[in-house]
Amino acid sequence: MVEIPESLLRRSAEAKAKALGVPVEQVLAEMKGEGPPVVVEPPADAEEAAPEEVAAPEAEVEEAVSEPEPAADEAEVAADSEPSSEPVVEEAPAAEVEETPAAVATVVEDAPPEPESNGDGGGNGKVAGLVSTRPVVPPTGTPEGVRTQRLLTVVKARAIQNVKAEPTDKVNTWPHLMLQEFGALLLITGLMVIMAVVIHSPLLEPANFNATPNPSKAPWYFLGLQELLSYFDPQIAGVTIPTIVGMAGFMMIPYVDKNPSTRPSDRKFAIVLYSIFLAGSATLTIIGVLFRGKGFNWAYPWRDGIFFDDLKDWVHFE
Amino acid sequence: MANGNGRVGLMERVKETNEKLWNSQLAESILRPGSPFKQGYSDSPRNRSYVVMNNVLYHLHPVKVKRHGVKLSYTLCLGGLSFFLFIVLTITGIFLMFYYTPTAELAYADIERLSTDVAFGSLVRNIHRWGAHLMVLSVFLHMSRVFYHGAYKPPREFNWVVGVILLLLTLLLSFSGYLLPWDQLALWAVTVGTNMAGFVPVIGNQVKFALLAGVEVSAATLLRFYVLHVLAFPFIIVIFMAVHFWRVRKDGGISGPL
Ligand code: HEM
Repeated sequence: MVEIPESLLRRSAEAKAKALGVPVEQVLAEMKGEGPPVVVEPPADAEEAAPEEVAAPEAEVEEAVSEPEPAADEAEVAADSEPSSEPVVEEAPAAEVEETPAAVATVVEDAPPEPESNGDGGGNGKVAGLVSTRPVVPPTGTPEGVRTQRLLTVVKARAIQNVKAEPTDKVNTWPHLMLQEFGALLLITGLMVIMAVVIHSPLLEPANFNATPNPSKAPWYFLGLQELLSYFDPQIAGVTIPTIVGMAGFMMIPYVDKNPSTRPSDRKFAIVLYSIFLAGSATLTIIGVLFRGKGFNWAYPWRDGIFFDDLKDWVHFE
Repeated sequence: MANGNGRVGLMERVKETNEKLWNSQLAESILRPGSPFKQGYSDSPRNRSYVVMNNVLYHLHPVKVKRHGVKLSYTLCLGGLSFFLFIVLTITGIFLMFYYTPTAELAYADIERLSTDVAFGSLVRNIHRWGAHLMVLSVFLHMSRVFYHGAYKPPREFNWVVGVILLLLTLLLSFSGYLLPWDQLALWAVTVGTNMAGFVPVIGNQVKFALLAGVEVSAATLLRFYVLHVLAFPFIIVIFMAVHFWRVRKDGGISGPL
């Protein structure tokens, strides 16, 4: 059970005392387990008051502490199999509740009488966050109606944050991740310095608008595209391929690919498609770089030389 | 430890000064609790958390990451390397800006001067150029790795969209830099490249006109590409990177194991 800070306890006690019309001290003592339970008539049912802000199933919020109730334990396991250490907000997907009505019902027997509290908790896609400030399951024989949890916040089911803390296998960023990153940085820096020492950047003759070099090639990352343009009517190649299949198409991938699985065996089609794209663009780029000579006509690098000025000062050719 | 002469040894003095330095108010004020540079740092889970949490690093990294995400074979560090290359390019780029004038008369001579008159000029220019090529490559490979992991699936769809914009900006950065040496290679590669932009329907010619500051590459294009290259595109890409990194964390960290 989580240690609840004094200030939160007090706030909660004040709220409850106000609602029940009893002194704060009494409630506080009761919450700390030092005093007898406060007994009053049952509060208004949250579910009726605000249908949007439905309480999570009882089993979730009632974490028995002082007197472990077998039924409550059982239901807690059934409704939410992960031991939760997060004190504030719990998620209660509707499906989960509906799958285990029996288990939930067992608890509700012990809980204060409440009409139909089991079936539809959270059923409207909202999730209610509740906090339990105290062992809520009343001791046996206590009069009905003591509910000490209250609504803290309503969290939209598909909030941007991952509200529920899932138990995942984690390691400390320092040192595990950062040492690796540091290694990668050193490696790439070394590679860059070596490249910079060995391969010189090209600098040809000054720009001259009247002397078009033959061939004229785009930078390598556009050479695949230039290669494509040389096959098709420029309207088609320049229009469909780069813009539609290109950027816009790429942005749409997550919205087109509805397959929820990330397992490679489940997404053979996507993988094959992307691999074709990769292989295709690599092939086109290599052709553009190495196999295109004068007039952008086919050339064999070993016979006709390489027409790619980016590497001119490194790869020496006639 | 006194040596034979009864004087304080050099090592001793260095050690003492070092200690004083790290315990000074200055050092105390700079290093936050848990810093591994603090005297008496010990390797405990609490301190491991503090190293990230009490540090500007917290803007980039969570305290803990999924174990499988740390395996080198998962991300191959490609996103991180793209970012690192961007930083290296910024640093070397600032160096190059000191020696470069974006005018048709001076640009070529300035680049030439880098390898003759400027200390490390040629090395820095080479790092800048090959780093730029590497960045295009690593961003592309990063995208491929994300695709193969299906890491663009909910809730990460939008981060993929941001990523495609980053790819576009990376290409634009590289391409706009390509013109700056103002040699035959630069002039005609950019001419070929922008001619392709002209084929895009409806907006193609307008885009081309805006990029080139005219209907074809001219001296005005040089200034335009320069400003885009050193200011506009880096500014925009930094904003998108910030969104990108933020979303990586808010979408629940690195995507799950396959
Ligand atoms: C300047 C370019 C880019 C930088 C600096 C960058 C940086 C990063 C970093 C550091 C990560 C963390 C995980 C990793 O290292 O793999 C990441 C994740 C991600 N990136 Fe990028 N990225 C860039 C471009 C792209 C592109 C082009 C795409 C896709 C079109 C993309 C999509 C994603 C997605 C979906 C994730 C989440 C992956 C996951 O959770 O496994 N990014 N990015």
